[in-house]
Amino acid sequence: MNMSDELEAELREQVRKLCKRYPEDYWQEHDRARTYPEEFVNELTDAGYLACLIPETYGGSGLGMREAAAILEEINRSGGSAAGCHAQMYTMGTLLRHGSDEQKERWLPQIASGALRLQAFAVTEPDAGSDTTSISTFAERDGDRYIVTGKKTFISRVQQSDLMVLLARTTPREKVTKRTAGLSVFVVDLRDAGDAVRVQSVETMINHETNEVFFDGLEVPAENRIGEEGEGFAYILSGMNAERILLASESIGDALFFIDRCQIYANERIVFDRPIGQNQGVQFPIAEAYIRTKAATAMRDQAVALYDGGEPCGPAANMCKLLASEAAWEAANVAMDTFGGYGMAVEFGVERKFREARLYLVAPVANNLILSYVGQHLLDLPRSF
Amino acid sequence: MRVIVCLKRVPDTGTSIRIDISGSAIDFEGVKYIISPYDEYAIELGLRQRDASDDGELALVTLDDMSAQETLRKGLAMGADSAVLLTGDFDMDGLRTAKALAKEVESAEAELILFGIKAVDDDQQQVGPMVAALIGRPCVTGVLSFEILDGRAICCREVDSTTEVVEVDLPAVLTIAKGPHEPRLATLKNIMASKRKPLEVKAAALTESRVCVRGLFKPVSRPPGRIVGEGPDAVPELLRVLREEAKVI
Repeated sequence: MNMSDELEAELREQVRKLCKRYPEDYWQEHDRARTYPEEFVNELTDAGYLACLIPETYGGSGLGMREAAAILEEINRSGGSAAGCHAQMYTMGTLLRHGSDEQKERWLPQIASGALRLQAFAVTEPDAGSDTTSISTFAERDGDRYIVTGKKTFISRVQQSDLMVLLARTTPREKVTKRTAGLSVFVVDLRDAGDAVRVQSVETMINHETNEVFFDGLEVPAENRIGEEGEGFAYILSGMNAERILLASESIGDALFFIDRCQIYANERIVFDRPIGQNQGVQFPIAEAYIRTKAATAMRDQAVALYDGGEPCGPAANMCKLLASEAAWEAANVAMDTFGGYGMAVEFGVERKFREARLYLVAPVANNLILSYVGQHLLDLPRSF
Repeated sequence: MRVIVCLKRVPDTGTSIRIDISGSAIDFEGVKYIISPYDEYAIELGLRQRDASDDGELALVTLDDMSAQETLRKGLAMGADSAVLLTGDFDMDGLRTAKALAKEVESAEAELILFGIKAVDDDQQQVGPMVAALIGRPCVTGVLSFEILDGRAICCREVDSTTEVVEVDLPAVLTIAKGPHEPRLATLKNIMASKRKPLEVKAAALTESRVCVRGLFKPVSRPPGRIVGEGPDAVPELLRVLREEAKVI
């Protein structure tokens, strides 16, 4: 083992140890009450895991995507869910890559310590969806500030954030020559927003806080704009690869959770005087889910290596997100079949993870859009939408 | 305050143990190791004392082979400042192990020398008190928590569900049981720092061994469960089985 292998192995072990303190009962309780796993997130923050991608200069650990991916994978493999806090790891990437030194000094150390939570990323709109350049939330320049008006939807963890990264138009779409132009990125301090930001929860089938967010004349100081005005689309895109790799890692964790559970149950559950895992109808789907998970992991590792090496990783990041989310969903269904009626029983924990694993087929990007991306950009086929 | 924690690595409590071909030792192939859990409690209490003093320092010591460096790094990741690995072939001879450790800790001028109450692999509970005797220091065993007051350690230990408070002059040897202070988890920064902390490796001064294991035997498999009946009608039979066969009531 070289130093990187050793560090990754040690990280995985320590994260597993931390997660052991939050057993199935803990997650079920929060799932039932639809409450935020505050204790878990606090412990993860205090241990420094959520600041692993922040450079040491700003109080983080300055580690790479490899370590970040391992942390999130282990959380989900343990039966937990990283969805409540994973964005604290990577949302700051836009600020880190494109913010001024002053902005980084101002926010990153507090994000690293957990004193500030930046885990809301306001891009999606009801009438824009995946068509990001069609967003209509507008930030009008007014002296040394911007006045923001508009509406966003499916914005996660707003109620668990102090800061939010916001993408808004600063030049109307009809006035720009390229539809990707005229969009700008801001850091919104939600603590100062008052009535100018209204947040309405969107109830979902899982314990994941997501919201509609309404901006009604929100004042954002011009000094909170990240980078150049009108260049925000490129800034947002640069953070998406990290997001896809990290969420793929959570899906891999989910898949391994199901496979681990199936492995134990199929060996222990005796029906007709033999373990059910002896039946090919039970065993082969588990084996197949395992193989697909391994394939997704190989693609994820490739994306990680490219990302950490500073190489373009868009294709690998997208493809690993698709493979991993599908592997997790397949493993989830295999687990439901393996457990039979017990799969539906809340106490076994499989049904909760089953619901959670479904999300990543459509978030943070729908898998159809990945197919479209691969068709158009890698295979040179006509644009499909 | 200088604190030394003597630790032992043991097979992970979740590891499936196999007996090797000799029939008298564990097959260590593929075994994953952890710090013995009681030693983790000792590290936790040691770290609290270290942090309570301005010039505190906590060093780890173990006797094992070279591969135990990985285990010492785990202790360093919990927050210990340095570690010493005494290399040598230790065995069931607790006095032999104690002599090797005593030689190391005697020269270190520590005010506190902590051990876990026992290693969870062999459960012998010998080495801590033996080291205390060899270096001529007082020893308190089974300590749940302690505080330092005017050069003395005020130790709480549990005896038959009663808390006994014991005062002991420093320097002293304490063996630590599972108390109220859960061992801390390593932070990411400490995990990274642990790779750079000093870890000294030196040969242990081992004497001749006088204890050997003659055989290891796995417990006999439990008989399968039995359903004695259903509903209230089964109660008399259940009582009879518990009284006459299991002899538990």
